[in-house]
Amino acid sequence: MIFIILLIVMAVVLLAAAIYSIHHRDLLFAVMGTGIVSVVLSLFFYLLQAPDVALTEAAIGIALTTIIFVITIRNTTRDEDEIIDKEEEMRMKTDEKS
Amino acid sequence: MKKVFIIILLAVIGYSLADTFVDIPFGENRIGEIESGETVAGYYLSNTVEKSKVANVITAIVVNYRGLDTLGEVTVLFLATTGLASILYRRKEEEEDAQRLSLPSSRIMRTGARVLFPTIVLLGIYVFIHGHLTPGGGFQGGTIVATGFLLMLISYKGFNTDHNIMVWIESLAGLSFVGIGIWGLLSGNTFLENSTNVGVLNSLISGGLIPVIYIVVGFKVAVELTGILDILLKIKPKK
Repeated sequence: MIFIILLIVMAVVLLAAAIYSIHHRDLLFAVMGTGIVSVVLSLFFYLLQAPDVALTEAAIGIALTTIIFVITIRNTTRDEDEIIDKEEEMRMKTDEKS
Repeated sequence: MKKVFIIILLAVIGYSLADTFVDIPFGENRIGEIESGETVAGYYLSNTVEKSKVANVITAIVVNYRGLDTLGEVTVLFLATTGLASILYRRKEEEEDAQRLSLPSSRIMRTGARVLFPTIVLLGIYVFIHGHLTPGGGFQGGTIVATGFLLMLISYKGFNTDHNIMVWIESLAGLSFVGIGIWGLLSGNTFLENSTNVGVLNSLISGGLIPVIYIVVGFKVAVELTGILDILLKIKPKK
């Protein structure tokens, strides 16, 4: 019973982190949200008796993917609104041309 | 017109998916009796330990029964590294002013990295050497080793990986994986055929060729992922 309650709490945390990372405007925070998703997911795999997958998720999901996203943010921009503005500018330009 | 076409296409895809999944009973035990060995999963679980002399059944499935899949995965990773390197290739004269970090990392970070780096690499090597005994294996161990190198790459500016040695390790690992597979083809019946008369079950030297394959895969994955991270960290941020 306690095990099932733990699983439900973890599922809620996972969903909350995923929704947070989708809706946050600051991309660095969004990446941290995906990191939390990976942590909870690897705990899930471990508790549901798949330690192999848990190890993979821990190493790739938490460390490597997060750091690759952080590097990308460092090289581009951190603010999502800025990206949307740029995209709209590009769209306006192409509209003007056509 | 276009939207109608998309809706029809989606309906066809949805119907075929639903039609497939309706037949599969949800939450039912489909493996059956493990001892009888009627299904594929039951066969693997009941016969692997005696036949392959491998304590970790997952390892036997990944590198022995489905070794060709693993070869494909390794090839995918190799292609990803090659593609990234060819896109982000940097010429010699550009390399000199390519700064890895815009800011130096703090003393705490550097000291911590120096303490943690050997332990992380040791853990990764442990995971892929003991792949046939404990959970984990080549991919997991290699990724953990790459994480250790990542820690050093982001904390020390002067920490450089030698690309010549990395290329050599990668090529040798890939070639020896294929070589082991072809050797199995020559000596036995199938690609990656395992010679099982080696060692005692549950000891470090057991499982025939499986530990060798996992060590090779571990080196390959570690080197490839370290290469990817090194390439990515060398991009100069636009100011």
